[in-house]
Amino acid sequence: MISVVDYGVANLGSMLNMLSRVGVEAERVGTREELDGASKIILPGIGAFDTGMSALTERGLVETLRKKVLQDRVPILGVCLGMQLLGIGSEEGELRGLGLMEAACQRLRPEGYGRLKVPHMGWGRIARRRSSPLLVELDEQSRFYFVHSYHVVCNDPEDVLAVSSYGSDFVSVVERGNIFGVQFHPEKSHRFGLALLRNFARI
Amino acid sequence: MSLNIRVIPCLLLRDGGLVKTVRFDSSRYVGDPINAVRIFNDKEVDELVFLDIGATGREPNFELLADIASEAFMPFAYGGGVTSPEQAKRLFALGVEKVVLNTAAVHTPRLVSDVADIAGSSSVVGSIDVRRNWRSQYSVWISGGREDCRRDPVTWAQELERLGAGEILLGSINQDGTQSGYDLELIHSVSAAVSIPVVAVGGAGSLRHLREGVDHGASAVAAGSLFVFHGKHKAVLITYPERKDLEELFR
Repeated sequence: MISVVDYGVANLGSMLNMLSRVGVEAERVGTREELDGASKIILPGIGAFDTGMSALTERGLVETLRKKVLQDRVPILGVCLGMQLLGIGSEEGELRGLGLMEAACQRLRPEGYGRLKVPHMGWGRIARRRSSPLLVELDEQSRFYFVHSYHVVCNDPEDVLAVSSYGSDFVSVVERGNIFGVQFHPEKSHRFGLALLRNFARI
Repeated sequence: MSLNIRVIPCLLLRDGGLVKTVRFDSSRYVGDPINAVRIFNDKEVDELVFLDIGATGREPNFELLADIASEAFMPFAYGGGVTSPEQAKRLFALGVEKVVLNTAAVHTPRLVSDVADIAGSSSVVGSIDVRRNWRSQYSVWISGGREDCRRDPVTWAQELERLGAGEILLGSINQDGTQSGYDLELIHSVSAAVSIPVVAVGGAGSLRHLREGVDHGASAVAAGSLFVFHGKHKAVLITYPERKDLEELFR
């Protein structure tokens, strides 16, 4: 069972649909009590950093998330904004992140590359830095759908699982113990996203 | 570079069916939308845009869109009849990635900002339908091409960006359904004036046309007829270029 955190930011529909296509049971969790029972967590998210953190805080989910991940060692996959929230903060906002990883977000600055625009919206590939159960059966030909204006910068380079390129390289997949994050949207990335979610379900 | 160019089937809905128009007129039934999504899944398309041309002045068909969202394993945008942030919220919750605003954005510009506040700018598409008159002057038209706003597309695109739109869907009414190529001058002038991505639509009939759109400044290219018709007799056949052909095209 995968618990998908529902904190009022949109787009859980497609994630739940994709998980059901993977054949894994998934549920929405929106309260501290529900989250406390989770054995595997997906933290989705789109939109602004502070909006996301405020929504988690208002629902009282921040401490439970930290406890589940840091103490109970429950695997978590942050997706897009959800990945950015795993870190300590972002140039985009004022609020502190979940603080699960030593990472912070910076704005994409593909300036000097002429016509590349922000947000980065489109398909991209990933270049893995090391192997991981999360990336089994994925290769250089795998494509993923990105929509973001900010990107994660890891303080510990060991946490970087893969990078992608938009003008310059940015971190697209992170892994630190039981903590995983992807900048792209696996739920919108055809069989490649399906494979990644299946991998996460098997971890 | 090649991967950054999205190639997007732009599908028109009317009364729950898929249709295709010529110059925003004479709509022809081309099939079932869910079936089309399944085929486009198999073809691993970059993205889909659905525009309900019968929905202006009505509610979106939420039931149909929920079905489409559950089938679509690619990002998809929806436009048609969205006039309130509540409707947009409901669409996002259904699994629609982006909400397309056209007529309502002209009537209520604030709506663009309100929807951007809900899900971020990247989830709001400002759609502009442009008609070129006999003196080659451009003007923005709304309500499915029935009402002239007497507004310059470049200025309106900049205003949409300022309001919070994350991209511009730039359609040419004159070129729609003709498969004779995009309005390249229009694409050039609008994409040079905004810093958000411009998606060109209207007129593409070949891969070469897609490339031309990109060469004139479009960040992504959309088409209807190109992906639903086949051959000179326009038999209905849902197609999409092979990945390797697209990569070759945008190399």
